[in-house]
Amino acid sequence: MIYPILEVIGLVNRFGSQLVHEGLNMEVREDEVFGIVGGSGTGKSVLLRSILGLQRPVAGIIRIEGRDITRLGPSQLNKVKAHYGVTFQQGALYSSLTVRQNVQLPMIEHVAMSPAARDELAMLKILLAGLPADAADKYPSQLSGGMVKRAALARALALDPKLLFLDEPTSGLDPISASEFDELILYLQKELRLTVVMITHDLDTIFRTCNRVGVIVDRHMEVDTLEGIVNNPHPWIQAYFHGDRARLHLEQHGT
Amino acid sequence: MHAQVKTNGNRLLEVRRVAEVLELQLTGEWRALRFSEIDAAVAAVALSGVRRIEISTERLQALDLSGAWRLHELIKQARAAGAEVAFKGAPPDQLRLVDQTLRGESPPCSQQNRPVPLSPIEELEAPALRSLEYLGRHAVFYGRDLVRDLAFLGRMTTTAARGLLSFKRLRPTSIARHVYDTGITAIPIVSLIAFLISVIIAYMSAQQLRNFGAVVFVVDLVTIGVLRELGVLLTSIIVAGRSGSAFAAEIGSMKLNEEVDALYATGVDPFEALVLPRVVGLVIALPLLTILADLIGLMGGALLCRYLLDMPLTQYVTRVQDSIQATTFWVGVIKAPVFAVLIGMAGCYRGMQVRDSSRELGRLTTLAVVQAIFLVIFADALFAVLFLELNI
Repeated sequence: MIYPILEVIGLVNRFGSQLVHEGLNMEVREDEVFGIVGGSGTGKSVLLRSILGLQRPVAGIIRIEGRDITRLGPSQLNKVKAHYGVTFQQGALYSSLTVRQNVQLPMIEHVAMSPAARDELAMLKILLAGLPADAADKYPSQLSGGMVKRAALARALALDPKLLFLDEPTSGLDPISASEFDELILYLQKELRLTVVMITHDLDTIFRTCNRVGVIVDRHMEVDTLEGIVNNPHPWIQAYFHGDRARLHLEQHGT
Repeated sequence: MHAQVKTNGNRLLEVRRVAEVLELQLTGEWRALRFSEIDAAVAAVALSGVRRIEISTERLQALDLSGAWRLHELIKQARAAGAEVAFKGAPPDQLRLVDQTLRGESPPCSQQNRPVPLSPIEELEAPALRSLEYLGRHAVFYGRDLVRDLAFLGRMTTTAARGLLSFKRLRPTSIARHVYDTGITAIPIVSLIAFLISVIIAYMSAQQLRNFGAVVFVVDLVTIGVLRELGVLLTSIIVAGRSGSAFAAEIGSMKLNEEVDALYATGVDPFEALVLPRVVGLVIALPLLTILADLIGLMGGALLCRYLLDMPLTQYVTRVQDSIQATTFWVGVIKAPVFAVLIGMAGCYRGMQVRDSSRELGRLTTLAVVQAIFLVIFADALFAVLFLELNI
C-alpha cells in the first residue's frame, strides 16, 4: 500500500472559544500539486503552521511520510523538518545574511559537508530557482519582490526535499512575474519530482499548477480535483470559482 | 584477470577495478541528508591510471540533486584527468538537470541568468596603500556622519521651533505618553539607585573622615555630591539605558516596517510625530526624576547618618542647610533638560538611521545608548568647567 506523503486526519484547532478547524481531513499524494484555498480568517495559515509543527493542534493526526508529527518530541520533529521545504508569504529571508548564506543555513543545520561543496550546492539551488548568479552575495533588502520569492524557494530546496510547502507564492508579484513563478514551480515539480502543497488566492496559479484543490469551508476541507471543485455546490466555493475574476479561467479551461 | 572489489560500509558505492577500467556501481539512497557519507565514498575513489569509468545506476534507490551534483563533480574530475566516462544504460536525469542549471540553461522561464563567475573585490596590494585606504574610507565615513548629524540637528531645531509656534503641532497626548513611559515608570529604579548611591558615599566617607574626627562633614559630602553631580548624572545614565534604547528600537522597527515611510506619504512629518514628542517628553520627565533622585539621596544620607553615625535628625537638617548654597540644587537640576535633549536626540537619531535589516536595529540601538551615555558625561564635564569659571 502506498501511503500518502502528507495526511491530516480529524484536525481540530481552537483559539479560546473560537473554533478554527473542526475535524479537518486532507491527504496529499506523491507528485501532485495540491492547492489550499479559503476565505480570509478560515485558518489556512493555522493549518500550515500545524502541519509544519509550529503549533500543536488541539486534536487530530498529521502524518508526514507516514510519521505522526503531533506525537513527536522536539528532536525527532527537527529530523522530519529536514524532509520538507517551506517558503513563507513575505519570504522570511534572514535579513542579516546574504542569499547564499540563507540557502546554506539548512545545510549547515542538518548535513556535514565541506564549505566548498556547500558553496557550490547553494549556487546550484540559486540558479535552479531562476536567480542570476550575482544575486548570491546580495542581501535580502537589495532584492526585488520576485527575487525574494525565488531566493526563499532556493532556501526551501536546500536539502532536496520531496515535499514543498508554499505560502502564497505569488502574492505581491506582478502578473508576469507571477506567471513566471507558476512556470518555475511546474518545472521544478516535474524535474525534481516534488510534491507541492501551496496556499494561494491566485486563481491563475490554481488553474495553471494545481492537480487537486482543498477548500476550507465551515471549519473543514472540501477536497476534489480542479474540475470537481469548480462544480462543488457549496455557496462559498461557487462564489469563489464563478465570480467575475474566475469566469475567464473557466471558459479557457472548458468546464 | 584479477579483479579488486571494494565496498564501503554504508553501501553507497561499489568500486570494481579491472586493469585501467573502473566500474562504479551506485547503490542505496544518494540524498542530501547523507551527503557526508556520499562525499567520503566518492572521495575515496582512486582515479590515478584510470582510462575508462563505467557507472551503473540500476541499483540506486534514490538520487537527489545534491547526490547528482557530487557525481557530476566526480565525472568532471575524471574527465579532467583524461579518463573516459560511460554509463551502463541511460545516465540519470538529475545529472542532466545539474549540468543544465550550472550552464545557466535552466530554469527555462527566465532569461537574464547566466552563471557569471563572481569577481572578488579588487584588493590593493601594498599594505601601506591598504592602511591608507582604510584611513581614507573612515575619514570620509565620519565626515559624512558629521554632516548627517548636523542635518538631523537642523531639522530637529526647525521642527521644535514650529512646535513652539503651534500647540497642536506639539502633540500633547503623545508627549504625555512619553512622560509616562520615560518618567513615571522609571521612578522605582531611579529611587533605588539614588538611595544606594547616597548610602555608598556616606559609608565610605564616614570611614575616612572618622580618622580626622570630622565625621560631621559626611553630611556635606552627601548633600553636595548628590545635589550637584550624582543625582542628575546617575538618573541620566539610567534613563539613557532605559529610554534611549527604547527610542532607537521603537523608531528603528517602525523604519523596518515602512511605518516611517507611511507617515511621510500621508504628509505627516515623522520628526514632528515621532522625534519631537519623545524629546519633549524626556525634557519634562528627566528634571522631575532628578528632583526625586535628589530627595531620595538626601533621605538615604539622613538614614545612614542617624543609624551609622548616631547623628540626630535635627543636626543633620541643620548641617545640610549650612553646607549648601542657594545655587547647589539648581546647578544639578539645570543640567537635566540638557541631558534629556542629548539622550532623546541620540536615541531618535540612531533609530531613524535603521535600514534594511534587524542586525542594523541591534547595532544602532547599542550605538544610541553608548553615545547617549558618552554625551551626558561629556556635557557634565563641560558644565563642571563652566560652573568653575562662573564661580558657582
